[in-house]
Amino acid sequence: MNRSSMWEAVSGIVKRDLLLAMRRRSDAAMSVFFLVIVASLFPLGVGPEPAVLRTIGPGVLWVAALLACLLSLSRVFTADYVDGALEQMVLVPQPLAVLVAGKVFAHWLISGLPVVLLSPLLGLQFGLDGAPLGVLVLSLLLGTPTLSMIGAIGAALVLGVRGSGLLVALLVLPLYVPVLSFGAGAVTGSMAGIGGEANLSLLGASLVLSLFLAPWATAAAIRIALE
Amino acid sequence: MLQAVGLSCRRGERRLFSDLNVKVEPGTLLAVVGENGSGKTSLLRIFSSLLPPEEGSVLWDGQDIHQLKELYAGQLTYLGHLNGIKDDLTPLENLMSATSLAGEPCSNKGAKEALEAIGLKRPIHHLPSKVLSQGQKRRVTLARLWLSTRPLWLLDEPFTSLDAASTSVVTQRLLAHVQRGGLAVLVTHQEVALPAERLQHLRLVG
Repeated sequence: MNRSSMWEAVSGIVKRDLLLAMRRRSDAAMSVFFLVIVASLFPLGVGPEPAVLRTIGPGVLWVAALLACLLSLSRVFTADYVDGALEQMVLVPQPLAVLVAGKVFAHWLISGLPVVLLSPLLGLQFGLDGAPLGVLVLSLLLGTPTLSMIGAIGAALVLGVRGSGLLVALLVLPLYVPVLSFGAGAVTGSMAGIGGEANLSLLGASLVLSLFLAPWATAAAIRIALE
Repeated sequence: MLQAVGLSCRRGERRLFSDLNVKVEPGTLLAVVGENGSGKTSLLRIFSSLLPPEEGSVLWDGQDIHQLKELYAGQLTYLGHLNGIKDDLTPLENLMSATSLAGEPCSNKGAKEALEAIGLKRPIHHLPSKVLSQGQKRRVTLARLWLSTRPLWLLDEPFTSLDAASTSVVTQRLLAHVQRGGLAVLVTHQEVALPAERLQHLRLVG
């Protein structure tokens, strides 16, 4: 086992998943459209009062991003589990956790990055501009990979379980609470003029922690699912 | 050398086998036969390290495979009863991504040659795999055998949905593998046409 072959295996997984997403663009587009629609329903529902929209904006956008991530989670491992590709992933001369990290990275590129890129546009709907809008983008850039990482644990735990979509939501949503409150808190803080640095640092710390721990937990869950 | 010592396996409430001892020497093929549900696939999964045995251990060159971990995975090509084929990828892409994942990346040319060796002609290489028949998908999976340099092959019913010509091609490939000193464990319902000195049978009774 050497470093270059590990890199080869991981980049192979990322490339394959991106290629699959390209062939099934509708799947990836669905969660992005979901985000746009949910975020657009709120201004329509609560009315055009700018002060109200600015107050609820950060929270609504973060919840929408979180739900969009949740929607795509079930796809991370299910297909590979059903068609046997996951077995092959376990039986390679590389640590499974590293390959899992590759898969989660691909998931983030497909479903997390579009959310980050669209967020300035959605922020405008809620009357966010200037510094708070920048903080919103930054908080999502730090937060969405964490959501993918934590979500992967849940997705791996429910492999082979019937009605797993709802179960994964129940498992994962409570774990998303800190990320949600740091993320929305950063934007609110920036709007209130106290700056979002503290919450952004906490988001960064959550990301590092989840990068470090989540792949191992996910790998363990996959091994159990395949027994 | 692959050796099973005192293996026993339980799936749910049912005990599939207990105190199973078997040894596979380099240059031989072990054909695991038995009725449906007698534990053939479970045995293969235990050999692959996917499934931990209830009791006993599997030794590779004298060392427990659960201690060797990734080192053991580097000795192994395992093709389960699931094909691991992505419907949206072409056979060529499927084969190349499977080999690169397994740590034996192959060139485009090598992959094409492997597909042709197992009787998948060029026009098929670039079709999405969802239009292939079961037997053709199986052959895409089995094409990995032409690219594998690993000493131990674990194959779960490789001949399922293959036609007679492909079956004999795969058998030839197995023969070449064991003649080079490789080992293979095969779960099968069919007779494997190998010379008797290369072939060993293990019958599981449920």
